[in-house]
Amino acid sequence: MLVQVRFFAGLRERVGSAGGEISLPDGATVATVWAVAVGEETFPDNTLAARNMEYVGFDTPVSEGDEVAFFPPVTGGAW
Amino acid sequence: MVSIDVCDSAFDPWDRLAQYQRDCMDSAGSVGATAVFVGTMRDLNEGDAVQGMLLEHYPGMTERYLEKISQAAAGRWNLIDSLIVHRVGELLPGEPIVLVAVWSAHRKEAFEASRWLMEELKSKAPFWKKERLAEGSRWVEHNTPG
Repeated sequence: MLVQVRFFAGLRERVGSAGGEISLPDGATVATVWAVAVGEETFPDNTLAARNMEYVGFDTPVSEGDEVAFFPPVTGGAW
Repeated sequence: MVSIDVCDSAFDPWDRLAQYQRDCMDSAGSVGATAVFVGTMRDLNEGDAVQGMLLEHYPGMTERYLEKISQAAAGRWNLIDSLIVHRVGELLPGEPIVLVAVWSAHRKEAFEASRWLMEELKSKAPFWKKERLAEGSRWVEHNTPG
């Protein structure tokens, strides 16, 4: 199946890509998306994941056409 | 009603507030309390002078998340109206970053809801700050305690 992967902020710079479309085996989870897209089994501490723009855990299954995003802790708002 | 705006150019929170109350609120007579929070960019962080800042976000997820917390606050505190405006893009010290305004019948709800919205926004809305210093730039990795 095909899914869209996206990286943001410091994680995008670390990975060296804003993301793209990747092909995954059946039964893939968010963790599989990371492993296939980045080529590493482990991810930096505090990495957050969203599936179709909702926060999810790394063991969440993904489906054809999903958008999966990875990003560092968020720092919006003001001091 | 809840209103959300993610804007990529400088905004004046007081103009926005006045405009919103004038043009968008049709239930002004029932309002007994308005609480407003405005956050602005500082020129100092972790002991270093900050010359500018890039505020990145996740278009789509940001708006969805701000809408979700606004709806949650409206239900929990029985709000009459709320408005969140958040800046993205290149900012300079002194420029407003965020405006949170809530309208309710009584002050308790307005104070509590505005505080809760700010903390939810800071801890979970997908925004990231990159500070520009005299030498190089760095991503902000921690939120300061409220």
